Amino acid sequence: MDYGQLFAVVIGAIFISNFVLMRFLGLCPFVGVSKDSDSALGMGMAVIFVMTMASLVTWFVYNYVLVPLEITYLRTIAFILVIATLVQFVEMVIEKTSPALHKSLGIYLPLITTNCAVLGVAVVNVNEFMVTELPRNASFIFTVVHGLAAGIGFTLALILMAAIRERLDLGEVPESMRGIPITFIVAGLMAIAFMGFAGLKVG
Amino acid sequence: MKAMGELVKGIYKENPVFRLALGLCPALAVSTSVENGLGMGAAATFVLLGSNIVVSLLRKVIPSKVRIPCFIVVIASFVTIVELVMAAYLPELAKSLGIFIPLIVVNCIILGRAEAFASKHGMGRAMLDGIGMGIGFTFALVLIGGIREVMGDGKLFGFMVFGPRFQPVLLMILAPGAFITMGLLMGYFNLLDEKLRKRAEARKAGEGGR
Repeated sequence: MDYGQLFAVVIGAIFISNFVLMRFLGLCPFVGVSKDSDSALGMGMAVIFVMTMASLVTWFVYNYVLVPLEITYLRTIAFILVIATLVQFVEMVIEKTSPALHKSLGIYLPLITTNCAVLGVAVVNVNEFMVTELPRNASFIFTVVHGLAAGIGFTLALILMAAIRERLDLGEVPESMRGIPITFIVAGLMAIAFMGFAGLKVG
Repeated sequence: MKAMGELVKGIYKENPVFRLALGLCPALAVSTSVENGLGMGAAATFVLLGSNIVVSLLRKVIPSKVRIPCFIVVIASFVTIVELVMAAYLPELAKSLGIFIPLIVVNCIILGRAEAFASKHGMGRAMLDGIGMGIGFTFALVLIGGIREVMGDGKLFGFMVFGPRFQPVLLMILAPGAFITMGLLMGYFNLLDEKLRKRAEARKAGEGGR
């Protein structure tokens, strides 16, 4: 296990190739749920949880089902089914065990199934950590940590955007730019700021 | 006439990207050039057409409770076909589109059309709707890709359009350029819509007065 490399994976997923601003994944919730900070935080937490779980489960599915059966080309179908089932299952568990949490996260969970960031993280994991020559335990840890860090990166972008949009409501935005268009302009400026991390050398 | 309506509504009136704000992720991620935009558009159109046909044929068989998982399986099968075909015959394009080919599965346009249109209409109209929406999506990608390629690289379809002294705006090829282009285009389309509506209203008022 190389901790320096692990640290590089974390920083890379949160800042350098932020899932929303650099990889363009999960834009629909980024635009749709960033109107106020409370719902942004709720959505962010749900995404962190689901992304970590999805990375974990898809690692097992890939290594113990798809590889032994030699059907890795079916990974898209397998992953999306696993993620959809997982989200449904997580929703049921949260509903039974913690109604308060369900109340705050519940409405976001079904939306997550079609959040491309979740399937995206699974596909990126396969490309970066599974088809390479990494030893099995290292590949497992990298995968799960990458899922967690990617979720944190998503939440960071979402919360920043929500905070900006709350202030933006007070500003005078031209009629035709209100709502989604101005959100994209702001995201563009945020992406410029995040490009500053590209020069970072870690690990 | 009605069939034509199904086909052309996706291009402007219900353009999936600019008007409905669906399928944003691929629209921004792969639109660094016209060529990538066309490739992605063609792939998405094929999946859209295929899934619309199958969903519309199966609409009486699929129980409504499990319809979403069924739609997803249908869509994922077509995406796998595209993935394998593209990797075999167009490896260059497959490489530059990268993970956005498997991610066509979660493109909200496709699931959205399956749910909102194909599961309620016959095969003929579902096919037209799929083609129309696909063309609208491709149009959006080509437009964004064209703007970004011309400004960021000084090229169109890989050919130089400006003289050798042109200084490319590197930002447009990078991530921020995608967001800004998208925002400005959406704002422009809103403005256009407003203008067209006002003109239509003025015409109506003029006719009423006569």
